[in-house]
Amino acid sequence: METISATCPFCGCLCDDIQIVVENGKVLEVKNGCSISKTLFTHHDPDDLVPQIEGKKTSLEEALDRATSIIRQARFPLVFGLSMTSCEAQRKAVELAEFIGGNIDSTSTFCHGPTTLAMQSVGEPTCTLGEIKNRADLVVFWGCNPVEAHPRHIARYSVSPKGLFNPAGRRGRTVVTVDVRATPTARVSDIFLQIQPHKDYEVFEVLRALLKGKDLRIDSVGGIPLDALKDLVNKMKSCKFGIILFGMGLTMTRGRHLNIEAAISLVRDLNQFTKFLIIPMRGHYNVTGADAVLTWQTGYPYALNFSRGYPQYNPGEFTTVDLLRRKEVDAALILASDPMASLPRQASSYLEEIPFVVLDCRKSYSASFATVFIPVAASGVSISGTAYRMDGVPVLLKRVLDSPHPTDEQVLDGILKRLRQR
Amino acid sequence: MIRITRGKVYDPINGINGKELDIWVDGGKIVQVGDAPDLVAERIIDAEGCIVMPGGIDIHSHIAGGKVNLGRKLRPEDHRKDVVPRTETTRSGVGHSIPSTFVTGYRYAQMGYTMVMEAAMPPLTAKHTHEELHDIPIIDKGSYTLMGNNHFILKFIEKGEIEKVKSFISWLLKTTKGYTIKIVNPCGVESWKWGKNVENIDQQALDYAVTPRQLISILSQIADELGLPHSIHLHCNNIGVPGNYETTIESMKAAGTNRVHVTHAQFNSYGGKGWADIHSKAREVVEYVNEHSNVTFDAGQIVFGDTTTMTADGPWQYRLYLLSGNKWINADVEMETSAGIVPYTFRKKSLVNAVQWAIGLELMLLAEDPWRAFMTTDHPNGGPFTFYPQIIKLLMSRAAREEIIAQLPRRALERISLPQITREYSLYEIAIITRAAPSKLLGLHQKGHLGVGADADIAIYRENPDVEKVFSSVQYLLKDGEVVVENGIVLKSTSGRILYVDPGEEGDIEEYIREEFEKFYTVTLDGYGVPENYLERGECLSCG
Repeated sequence: METISATCPFCGCLCDDIQIVVENGKVLEVKNGCSISKTLFTHHDPDDLVPQIEGKKTSLEEALDRATSIIRQARFPLVFGLSMTSCEAQRKAVELAEFIGGNIDSTSTFCHGPTTLAMQSVGEPTCTLGEIKNRADLVVFWGCNPVEAHPRHIARYSVSPKGLFNPAGRRGRTVVTVDVRATPTARVSDIFLQIQPHKDYEVFEVLRALLKGKDLRIDSVGGIPLDALKDLVNKMKSCKFGIILFGMGLTMTRGRHLNIEAAISLVRDLNQFTKFLIIPMRGHYNVTGADAVLTWQTGYPYALNFSRGYPQYNPGEFTTVDLLRRKEVDAALILASDPMASLPRQASSYLEEIPFVVLDCRKSYSASFATVFIPVAASGVSISGTAYRMDGVPVLLKRVLDSPHPTDEQVLDGILKRLRQR
Repeated sequence: MIRITRGKVYDPINGINGKELDIWVDGGKIVQVGDAPDLVAERIIDAEGCIVMPGGIDIHSHIAGGKVNLGRKLRPEDHRKDVVPRTETTRSGVGHSIPSTFVTGYRYAQMGYTMVMEAAMPPLTAKHTHEELHDIPIIDKGSYTLMGNNHFILKFIEKGEIEKVKSFISWLLKTTKGYTIKIVNPCGVESWKWGKNVENIDQQALDYAVTPRQLISILSQIADELGLPHSIHLHCNNIGVPGNYETTIESMKAAGTNRVHVTHAQFNSYGGKGWADIHSKAREVVEYVNEHSNVTFDAGQIVFGDTTTMTADGPWQYRLYLLSGNKWINADVEMETSAGIVPYTFRKKSLVNAVQWAIGLELMLLAEDPWRAFMTTDHPNGGPFTFYPQIIKLLMSRAAREEIIAQLPRRALERISLPQITREYSLYEIAIITRAAPSKLLGLHQKGHLGVGADADIAIYRENPDVEKVFSSVQYLLKDGEVVVENGIVLKSTSGRILYVDPGEEGDIEEYIREEFEKFYTVTLDGYGVPENYLERGECLSCG
């Protein structure tokens, strides 16, 4: 029995203080972990996975050969996923996409892609999570539910921790939740504002108008009484350090990037009065790393195409949902994500019409439809490496259990080598 | 073995000024200079009609890390006008003001540069900086670790525990694989965490009874005591603010007789009470530099055109957002620093921009000792590094300067002294400010010259009456003795070294700070640093 320090690779919090008790290759106990962490570490058992071609068991070599031939024959291939693997593998995926002149996209395409668009339009005043812990006296959760999606966020970063300049912890903070329903996060907040679905943009614009001292002749907006919004603006202006944390309740509802633009603009304007910042709550543990790696290697974070030999960026054209929905790609290489479980049906159903390869550390829903399935070792469980937390802080992934499988990086490299042998 | 023959050699460290000399290269090093009848070369590079210099060294450039990458992400419009397709030997990417990592390496190499120092590395995200440096090919690199607003440093200074400051700095350099102490708007950035700033170098940080003057004095002393190869690297308070030249001079004074490098001095040499009467105080700043041999500076020259400003100086970047109305990124880093990013266009027709343009050149032309003056644009703040050849031309040609001066607003002319300056740099002096002096400033012994035993990082430029053309693209670039660029084309994408220091004076500071660190940071202390395996070709320099 031994105790190993680990980083939890199951959400964008990337808690790096996990202690795992291991015996005979099995996880006995997960200390410091949340419910997600405990469940996924304890039930990690990839040993019975084998490579498959069209549902039939095969060898790794044959799977690699077939994957290579699928990609080689494709005229407009897509490399997709990237968000649940290490930066080292993401680098290799970019190299492959560039070599084949294909498309490459991450799960940002259906989570915080709109956040990127808004950021590219108005900027983004932000900070690392420790700034919230050490300074924030006003925390606003908007369209996100960390109690269920990022279970330790509240205890470790944003609500209860005692900080350098906030020795009182929870008592030193006012917590506000804005959401369409009374989520568990709303229940641990001081103030809950229930907003009508798809009305976020309007509410942000009213907040901005109130901030500028405009007199509005309305009683309520988006189902929230104006007096409640006036009270919120006053709290925002008079706090010492405020933060908005937002999720897919903002990015994937009507208005999308315009919602985020409005939110960022509000935060930006608040800096005339006090310190106010904003952080997107990224879900997949290394989707932030995918953004980062793609950006430093190509200049752009997602929705990329290499057909012309150089990176082209065009969300709406090279975003995966659009490429699939318009039936433009003719093959796909999917790693570190499960698009058939998470993309709109209109898009994912097209995958069944084309050959595609899936690299995954478990038999995902997509893997069960894949032309070629190659099991890989799980980054952060069986592979060390680098991942980026939701706030852009790089964190070391650790190796906890051995794996019989190759890494994403090794599989991608194997395919790339075969392609180069042409 | 490679023999470079018939080129005119400029090697100021060895006092060679344009003499035709053979240079013999083997095993990545220069093995012989001059005639060598006993040596047999496998390859002869005929450098007739060429200038031979050591590879260029950029002492201050923002090329890698969290802030640079946020800048890239912010500006698709910047990339789209400058795309770089892949070739058989090189990766694709984008250029202009914030090039992608591969392109950063290629473009520096194509200009004959073989070493570049990343100017601002936050310790918490140092792994990110090193991941990007890993992906910048060919050139050698190093990074300055941000320390001017670090909680532990401010706290130890406040309590008068100077030995602890020293141990902490030693530990932090080793832990982050940094090269020296970078100080950005000391105490001001800490106050910015509450949306405030400091107005002068005697104003305390909001939460710490420490002034910028104290911090500069103590950290410059520590850099000397630790024997760091490079001095403290100081971005002064009040950057970009009219009247700030007094702060700059006071900051240099604060270092006393310790070594101090004042970076992008152009942004810190303004007179006047406001934007309406801003004028050059380059002469006053340079006067202090001329009289004090412990002081060095780099220009931070601006280039007219569109660029992306990015510094760890959060309050300044916010101010620039308010001035320009352009999109604004702020990125505060817990316990230690901040960053801001704002796109900006320098315009010839803008009075303020015209004055800024002149100040950078004035600083370089009024500096009496070229060994203590460095050509930078503070890439990409003043403009992209790819404009260095243009700046070299401006330094070497009064006529080239006059051509631009004629296009500036007339009102600018009474606020600057550039039109009266007749000095023109020689090629030898250009070799000093871009090669020899940077090597000395960084305390390197194997770089910046072409003597026997030096790293064979050699730039060979084709002569041309237009000096901008000369320096835009090398005829040959040798890196570690290999020809990696020929006729401006990258033949081979090698990986460069990462240089860092370990002064070895940390004592038991890591255990001393452990409890407090884990209480207030959001990562564990053991996961904080940069492991060796991030450095593909790491090289630890000795101190003292």
